[in-house]
Amino acid sequence: MIVGRNGAGKSSLLRMIAGLICISAGRLELTGGEVDITLPEQTHYLGHLDALKPSLSVRENLRFWADYLGDSGSAIESALAVVDMVPLADLPAAYLSAGQRRRLSIARLVAVPRPLWLLDEPTSALDVSSQDRLAGLMRHHLAGGGIILAATHGPIGLENARELRMGPL
Amino acid sequence: MSAFISLLVRDMRIAVRVGGGALMGALFFLIVVTMMPFAIGPDLGLLARIGPAILWLGALLASLLALDRLFANDHDDGSLDLLMMGRMPLELTVAAKAIAHWLTTGLPLVLIAPVLGLMLNVEMHAMVWVALTLLAGTPALTFIGLIGAALAVTLRRGGLLLAVLVLPLTVPVLIFGVAAANAAIVGPAPFGPPFTILCALSLASLVLGPVAAAAALRAGQE
Amino acid sequence: MAIIDLANPTRFLNIVNRALPWLAVATVLVFVFGLTRILNSPDDYQQGATVKIMYLHVPAAWLSMMCWGVMSLAALGTLVWKHPLADVSGKAAAPIGAAFTFICLVTGSLWGRPTWGTYWVWDARLTSMLVLFLLYLGVLALYWTVEDPGRGSRAAAILALVGAINIPIIKFSVEYWNTLHQPASLFRKGGSAIDPSILLPLLVMATGFTLLFFTLHLAAMRNEILRRRVRAMRLIQAQELAEARA
Repeated sequence: MIVGRNGAGKSSLLRMIAGLICISAGRLELTGGEVDITLPEQTHYLGHLDALKPSLSVRENLRFWADYLGDSGSAIESALAVVDMVPLADLPAAYLSAGQRRRLSIARLVAVPRPLWLLDEPTSALDVSSQDRLAGLMRHHLAGGGIILAATHGPIGLENARELRMGPL
Repeated sequence: MSAFISLLVRDMRIAVRVGGGALMGALFFLIVVTMMPFAIGPDLGLLARIGPAILWLGALLASLLALDRLFANDHDDGSLDLLMMGRMPLELTVAAKAIAHWLTTGLPLVLIAPVLGLMLNVEMHAMVWVALTLLAGTPALTFIGLIGAALAVTLRRGGLLLAVLVLPLTVPVLIFGVAAANAAIVGPAPFGPPFTILCALSLASLVLGPVAAAAALRAGQE
Repeated sequence: MAIIDLANPTRFLNIVNRALPWLAVATVLVFVFGLTRILNSPDDYQQGATVKIMYLHVPAAWLSMMCWGVMSLAALGTLVWKHPLADVSGKAAAPIGAAFTFICLVTGSLWGRPTWGTYWVWDARLTSMLVLFLLYLGVLALYWTVEDPGRGSRAAAILALVGAINIPIIKFSVEYWNTLHQPASLFRKGGSAIDPSILLPLLVMATGFTLLFFTLHLAAMRNEILRRRVRAMRLIQAQELAEARA
């Protein structure tokens, strides 16, 4: 868990690890990851923006990211079921609420298996039941050998999380 | 579906559904070609002589205006970040977007060019050749414009910077496109040499464009 | 002394500070020599004394292209070898190259007035220079209008390399276009064959312009390094203020 005040640099740190910001010094290494692909290719990044196209349906959005980020044939339907979006699957993404958009982004993490998850304030816009569901997904990911780096202002439901405090002491 | 095809299909699906894209470009083409006689005068002989040039200029400007949207949408909703984290090389990613862009904005220009040629009193048998030069040349315009679009989006500048960067680079395409079109209509210069050079420019830009655009996207990261 | 030794900005500044006065003096001397040779050179049988504009126009054209070459090398340094001073070099070279191109266009235009009767004519070389000028303006736009100097420099470096590939193609296409539209043979610049009495002043002026370029380039690099230091110091100052207040 990465904690700190606004402006401390939590989002920038996550973006650096995701490869979206150039690093001027230092090195990033994923122990236990695959050696012949880059770090961003093994990372899921869940930022403030949702990367959803309003003119495409929920299912089409998810299917695109699954095909692009992973292999074709990824488990779209089960991912939609996990975040409880199956009834909305054919709705254009323009009609989703903020919480539903968040859940759809989380479905992307479920549909394509990648070891490292970078989450930037993942519980924002989520109601309590969705937050519990997210905590369950995170526990499942960690149990399967994955890593999560989450930047957050408050608790996100993970016990025994190590804390990285950023900003002035 | 492979990543390349899925991106191509997604972009085309969005362009078709949002509706503005293909039709807006064609509409702008029509308007520009309509404005030219107001400036030049209704002399049909003159219009017929410069008709291919007007068509090419209109296609160039219409392509340019549409380029703004190529990366801007993805940048604004965070998709560009994720596109850069995929398994596919970034060069192929931008190439897929460029192909989708050409199919939805460049190709319609080629298809309505014969109709506009009628308005400019270009003979019908010549129109086929003019449309052929547009077919060979508009991919070059899209792929060269790709570089400007990539530079402008990461720097968060608008369409004017894009135009300033791209237009000088498209001068060869314009020159050879109009030369080939004129050769087909007026003769006696042969159609072959400028047309093959035009095709060569398009093929070269198919490689240079995505490479430079991917480099620009990477260089534009903070 | 390898290029990498110059990577340290402070050491680079020391070298520049020592070399610059010599370069400036050398530039002035060469220009003085060149101008005296020009005064003694023959007039053209057709144009009279106006042919002497060539001694400004042609070297300016050569320099404008050489400058793009320097920018391209700097671009490779920025993008491929990540040399620390490469983007400073490119940013310093761009306005100088644009200025040389502008001088070439203006002198060409002034030359055209008495000889062709018009201030502008779409002949192949002037037109290629005009397109080159537009490309320079694009690069300048990228260097100067972007707040973060690092990103602007990288973007400008890409445009410099794309331009380096494209500029020969543009020149070729403009020559082709020109022969299509003006098949009648045009006035040949520089009069007849290059006589030594014309060639020598031309080369002297070219050398003078080259020295001028290097003088200005190094001075501009020095300015840019100092400018960046000021910016960095301001940023540190702002950060310290923010932390003190917190």
